[in-house]
Amino acid sequence: MLEETGPEWLSEEVKTGTTIIAIEFDGGVVLGSDSRVSAGASVVNRVMNKLSPLHDRIYCALSGSAADAQTIAEVVNYQLDVHSIEIDEEPQVRSAATLVRNISYKYKEEMSAHLIVAGWDRRDGGQVFATLSGLLTRQPFALGGSGSSYVYGFVDAEFRRGMSKEECQQFVVDTLSLAMNRDGSSGGVAYIVSIDEHGTEEKVVLGNDLPTFFDQ
Amino acid sequence: MEKRSADSQVKGVSTGTTILAATFKGGVVIGSDSRASMGGEYVSSKTINKVIQVHDQIFCCMAGSLADAQAVTKAAKFHLSFHSVQMETPPLVIAAASVLQEMCYKNREELQAGFITAGWDRKKGPQVYVVSLGGMLVGQPVTIGGSGSTYIYGYVDAKYKPNMSRDECLQFATNALALAMGRDNVSGGVAHLVVITETGVEHVVVPGNKLPKFHNE
Repeated sequence: MLEETGPEWLSEEVKTGTTIIAIEFDGGVVLGSDSRVSAGASVVNRVMNKLSPLHDRIYCALSGSAADAQTIAEVVNYQLDVHSIEIDEEPQVRSAATLVRNISYKYKEEMSAHLIVAGWDRRDGGQVFATLSGLLTRQPFALGGSGSSYVYGFVDAEFRRGMSKEECQQFVVDTLSLAMNRDGSSGGVAYIVSIDEHGTEEKVVLGNDLPTFFDQ
Repeated sequence: MEKRSADSQVKGVSTGTTILAATFKGGVVIGSDSRASMGGEYVSSKTINKVIQVHDQIFCCMAGSLADAQAVTKAAKFHLSFHSVQMETPPLVIAAASVLQEMCYKNREELQAGFITAGWDRKKGPQVYVVSLGGMLVGQPVTIGGSGSTYIYGYVDAKYKPNMSRDECLQFATNALALAMGRDNVSGGVAHLVVITETGVEHVVVPGNKLPKFHNE
């Protein structure tokens, strides 16, 4: 070989092959994500926080190409700042989701990132929006990333409307743990963000504190 | 976005499917959905039975190419009845699984079929074995397969408990199939379940409208 190609992780695209989830509860939302970033078969970051703030009480969860997702989040963060100064009050979650959707739809051929937007506003309380491929839809819960396929059944079976904040946090941690056990591109620690009218609370659940199941 | 899966490269009729088997205290439950599809767009049969009896108390479920699976199970059935005549005793569940494994491994280049074998024998009681696409044989307390199984890995990991009662296990299997059928468009129809214990075999069919409903329905 004449060329010096170097290690393969330098040339592979960096993806957040991941598990992200956002759930609405009575009075707010809980978002959760794993922390693995992979480039091909290598894990390039095992502690990345994929829950990115868009405003005080609005967060988004990143999945797909790491660069694309981060860029969208940063741009929307800026646009929301300007917007909230213009309207002179806290922005609505739907506005944030619309801004994300506008970018995802306009650049859908060039980009490959899926962001879930969730937060709390005074008008409609806790809301979760999915923006996959440029659509905009409000849902009671949203899953995303490669690990989400494995836990659709679990979430379908166990989700109930009107859970308390603590029940919701436990549900999110359980779901992330199950997905991380089955998906090779998800792993590390679990990041949880809970948003309600009182504020935003960020939490990390380390690997050995994650719930275990019958085969572990 | 293209859906990439083993099923989409299968020629002809494929059992894009959900199959599972689980052991409980004193027996096993083995079950499947009932949809056969061509290319993910056309349902060629709504009521196909993918749970095949290969001996009195040994059943297997097939996934992958329907033609391959039917051919292999037919040959395995013959093999096993001959084997049980020779041995003068009912075959062991692992013998049934090994017969399938040998065929899958020897013909790995041509075949595209995977199996779950479950049954009861006097030596080891209730057992579940899975023979994967290339011919690997593994024994497990619970196993799932087919395209719909991706969506219920989390549910099965969380909800399966060893040594459940017969009714708990039946409910668990029905729920798992219903959840998978709800998310996978090539799985559907009715849920075929077979409960195998020391005393015998019981078929349970749950029609689509009697399947458990979850919050979003």
